[in-house]
Amino acid sequence: MRPALTSMVMPVASILLLLAVWQGAALAIGGRLLPGPLPVADALLREAQSGALFHHMGATLLRVLAAFALAMSIGVGLGLPMGRSPFIDRLFGPWLVFSLNLPALVVIVLAYVWFGLTEAAAIGAVAVNKIPNTVVLVRAGARAIDEGLIDMARVYRLSPADRLRHVLLPQLTPTIAAAARSGLALIWKIVLVVELLGRSDGVGFQINLLFQTFDVAGILAYTIAFVAVVQLLEYGVLQPVERHCQRWRRLPAEA
Amino acid sequence: MRGLTLSAAAGEVVALVGPSGCGKTTALGIVAGLDRAFDGVVEVGPRPDGGPARLGYVFQEPRLLPWRSVRQNLALVLPRAQRRGPAVDAMLAALELTPFADRFPTQLSLGMARRVALARAFVVDPDLLLMDEPFVSLDEPTALRLRGLLSQLLDRRPATVLLVTHNLREALALADRLLLLAPSPGRVVAEVPLSVPRAARDDATIEVLRRDLLSRPEPAFRLLA
Repeated sequence: MRPALTSMVMPVASILLLLAVWQGAALAIGGRLLPGPLPVADALLREAQSGALFHHMGATLLRVLAAFALAMSIGVGLGLPMGRSPFIDRLFGPWLVFSLNLPALVVIVLAYVWFGLTEAAAIGAVAVNKIPNTVVLVRAGARAIDEGLIDMARVYRLSPADRLRHVLLPQLTPTIAAAARSGLALIWKIVLVVELLGRSDGVGFQINLLFQTFDVAGILAYTIAFVAVVQLLEYGVLQPVERHCQRWRRLPAEA
Repeated sequence: MRGLTLSAAAGEVVALVGPSGCGKTTALGIVAGLDRAFDGVVEVGPRPDGGPARLGYVFQEPRLLPWRSVRQNLALVLPRAQRRGPAVDAMLAALELTPFADRFPTQLSLGMARRVALARAFVVDPDLLLMDEPFVSLDEPTALRLRGLLSQLLDRRPATVLLVTHNLREALALADRLLLLAPSPGRVVAEVPLSVPRAARDDATIEVLRRDLLSRPEPAFRLLA
């Protein structure tokens, strides 16, 4: 098979295989415990028609985006100075080790206890779970920064804002992109937990309701819909932004 | 490096010549304020208009921002208000870089990248220009061409220049005064003023000057060979 054809056919074949395995398992186990693809599609359609799907997905998506923006900006804001200054790194290094090992559930529960069952507590708790990971990645990236360009920026007296925008951040793009990709995957999973524990809308809240009525088809319908949306963000937003930032790498050399 | 003293008059081109390891690059770093371990004094006089002297630096590698176009690399070293002004385009034109203005450094040959680095150093309208082997590892015609461009720029807009090089011909082509350095500890071992004006130095003159220096008996000049 030609490579181009393979790259188009294989994902489709893979998904069809997954559906077949799912259908087989559904037939074997049967009933409400594991509904097949058709009942789940049915549930998806039902939730979409009632509007509940879009309402809850929208609420979750907003929380994901808010927590993501918060976690990325704070993570870069802490990771960059830690990577550049050994003093700051030694001062806050132990904090980082501690927060890396903090269970997500503990952060969520404490945020709700201390700040009440509020939107800010929910989003903050999710962000706190992602920040240490971003800091570790950005710190490693900041350590590998080209000192020659830093000297150039100092000699030509670039302002701190220009240094950040034109000298530091472009070198951190691959690191930040990696942090963003793993961050999105982590954050949307944790958002469902904070919704389940303390919000009255969102996919997590809805899954809790469906759990109480053992509506497995409904749970799978929400899961599939949300995985699809997150994949859309990854391929529709994150990857194009990254490609744009890295466009200088792929330019053909002049003869 | 210990007890190194050097001074340059305004508008003078001083070449620091010597084998590697005698602290030529370190000396430039100190003048530029990049060396934090330095213990001593650097004095740079004010501009003719009284403002602080402007510094241009051509590093040994071009040190361009690979993620910014040639034009942006020049514009970024200017104050924000001047970035969209005519200075950048004028400098690009002066160094015949206009067709490359929107290219990225990764698309340029080393010679072109060095030319952009030269343009960046001159676009700030420098009073003091530090150049660290600015034309090293270029083929001879390209190096010659860039030396000519540098000469033209200095004729048009004189600046005090510290030029680090291990290429004696290059030093003789560009400098008003040569300082010969020796290693461990880095120090000045000889000073050679050049009386022939830069514009009058053709290849033959440079060759005569070179042979004269190489034939001198003092040990300082034996390092040149």
